[in-house]
Amino acid sequence: MKKTLFPVPYYQNLFTKVRVNAPVFPGVPLERERDTAERAGGIHAHVLARFGNAQIGPIYLGFLGVASLIFFVIGFTSIGWNMLVQVNYSPIEFVKQLFWLSVDPPSAKYGLQLPPLNEGGWWLFAGFFITVSILLWWARVYRRARALGLGTHVAWAFAAAIWLFLVLGLFRPVLMGSWSEAVPFGIFSHLDWTTAFSLRYGNLFYNPFHMLSIVFLYGSVLLFAMHAGTILAVSRYGGDREIEQIYDRGTASERAALFWRWTMGFNASMESVHRWAWWFAVLTCITGGIGILLTGTVVDNWYLWAVKHGVAPAYPEIWGPIIDPAVAK
Amino acid sequence: MAMLSFERKYRVRGGTLLGGDLFDFWVGPFYVGFFGITTVFFTFVGTALILYGAAIGGTWNLWQINIAPPDLKYGLGLAPLKEGGLWQIITVCAIGAFGSWALREVEISRKLGMGYHVPVAFSVAVLGYVTLVVIRPVLLGAWGHGFPYGILSHLDWVSNVGYQYLHFHYNPAHMIAVTLFFTTTLALAMHGGLILSSTNPPKGELVKTPEHEDSFFRDIIGYSVGTLGIHRLGLFLALSAVFFSAVCIVISGPFWTRGWPEWWGWWLRLPIWS
Repeated sequence: MKKTLFPVPYYQNLFTKVRVNAPVFPGVPLERERDTAERAGGIHAHVLARFGNAQIGPIYLGFLGVASLIFFVIGFTSIGWNMLVQVNYSPIEFVKQLFWLSVDPPSAKYGLQLPPLNEGGWWLFAGFFITVSILLWWARVYRRARALGLGTHVAWAFAAAIWLFLVLGLFRPVLMGSWSEAVPFGIFSHLDWTTAFSLRYGNLFYNPFHMLSIVFLYGSVLLFAMHAGTILAVSRYGGDREIEQIYDRGTASERAALFWRWTMGFNASMESVHRWAWWFAVLTCITGGIGILLTGTVVDNWYLWAVKHGVAPAYPEIWGPIIDPAVAK
Repeated sequence: MAMLSFERKYRVRGGTLLGGDLFDFWVGPFYVGFFGITTVFFTFVGTALILYGAAIGGTWNLWQINIAPPDLKYGLGLAPLKEGGLWQIITVCAIGAFGSWALREVEISRKLGMGYHVPVAFSVAVLGYVTLVVIRPVLLGAWGHGFPYGILSHLDWVSNVGYQYLHFHYNPAHMIAVTLFFTTTLALAMHGGLILSSTNPPKGELVKTPEHEDSFFRDIIGYSVGTLGIHRLGLFLALSAVFFSAVCIVISGPFWTRGWPEWWGWWLRLPIWS
C-alpha cells in the first residue's frame, strides 16, 4: 500500500477496463425451436462495455409481446393525438405546451358511465388500451420466466406495481362510483392531481399506509445502495457472481457479510439480501395501493383520523377553525 | 462470542486510519476502532439530549415527540438550550456520529480488503442530511430553517416548506429525484427478483446461470446489463436519487423564492416560440 495522506488499498472497481470482443450470444435455447426462432436482433454497443454488458438484444417477440405493444401504441398515441388536437395540430405549440397538456378523465356527472369521447371518453379509451397492454406484458414476463425454467419472482414483483396502477385508475374510481376520481394523463396534470388528492383528504402525510410506502421506497433505495456498494466492493473476489456465491459460498460472500456484521451487528446472506430487496420494493407498491384505496372510501380526512388515533397533535387554531372540506357545502 | 463459523480467520489486526492498534478490537459482532469510540460518544450524547428534550417537551407520544430548531430570530447564532439549543447540539452530535460511522466503515473495508463503495455511498446520504440542516439554513441565514426532529413534526415541516413554494412537484430537481427514487426501486425489484428466480427455480428444475439471467432480460426487454453492471446501475441510481433530493431542497429558498410552477415560465418565454 502506498504511503499517502489517505491510503487507498487495492483496485477500486468503478468501470470495466478490459473490453472483450465476442460474437452475439443468442441466448439460452428455449424448449420449443419456434420460440427460439422468435428472438430478433442482437448487436454490440461497445460504449456500454465500460459499465455493463455491451450486447443489445436479441429480443423475444412472441404473441403476447406483439399484442402488448400494439395495445400500448394505440393507447399512448391516442393520448398524443388528443394533445395535438388541443393545440390545433400545431407541432410547435405541442412541444411548447407538452408538459401542460393533459387528457383528463370524465367529469363527475358521468359516474361510471361511458362519457362522450371529447368529455373524458378518450381518457377511458387510452386507459383501457394501456391497461390491457400492461396485463399482456405481465403475462409475457411470466411466460418468459417459465420458458427458461426460472422462478416467477420478477412477474410477481411487477404484479405489485400493477396493483398500485389499478388502484389509482380502476379499483378506487369504481369504489367511489366515478371515473372522475382517477388520475389524468399528463406531466403537470398528474402532479396537480396528486397534490389536490392529498389536500382534499387532509394531507396524505398523515395516512399510515403512505408513511409505510415512503419508508419502503426510501428503504429500497438505501438497500440498493448498500447491496450494490457491497458487491462492487467485493467484486475483486468475484462477488458479482451471486448465484455461484449463494450455492458455493466464497470469500466474497464472507467478506460482504462480515462488513455488515462488524458495521451494524447484523448481516444478510448472499441470497437473503435479495429477499430483503424484493420485499422492500414490492411492499412500496402494496402499501401505497392500500393507502390510496382507503382514501375517500374509508377515511375522508387523514389529519382528523390521525388526531383521533393519537398520531398527530391537534394543532392550535391560529387562523380560525379548520373547516372539513367534506362538511363545507 | 457472536462469531460466524468462518469469521475467526478474518479477524486480523490492521487497516485502521487513526489510533493504530489501540482500538483495534471487537465487542460482540461489532468492530470498534477509534471511530467506533467517537460514534458511541456522539450517539450517547445525542440520544440523551433527545430524551431530555422529550422529557421537557410535554409528551411521550412516540409520534409527537418533537425537538424543534431555534426560532428564526436567533439567525445563525447559538440559541438557549430549551429554545432550539438542544436541536443545535443534537445536530452536531448527529453529524459527528454519521461522520464517525462512515470512517469506521472505511476502516472495516480496509481490514477486509474491500473497495470503499459503501462508505462513499453512505457519505452521499450524510451530504443529504447536512444539506437540510446546515447548508440550506446557512444559505438562508438562520438555523430555524432546519427541519425538526420528530416523526410527525418532520412530516409537517416537509408539507409546510413544500407549500411555501406553492406546489413542490413542479421543482425540476424534485421531479428528477422522485423519478430516480422510483427507478431505483424498480431496478431493485427486478434485480432481487431475477436472482431469486434463478436460485429458486420451479420444482425439478436445476438452479440457473447468469446466461439464463441475461437471456431472460434480453427476451423481455431486449437488454441485460449483466451481473456486474446491475450493481453499478443500482448504486448510480440510488446515489443520484439522494443527490437530486439534496439539490431540490437547497435550491428552494437560496436560489428560487417563488412558487415552483412559476419557474417554468422560462420555457414558455423561449425566443423560438415567443
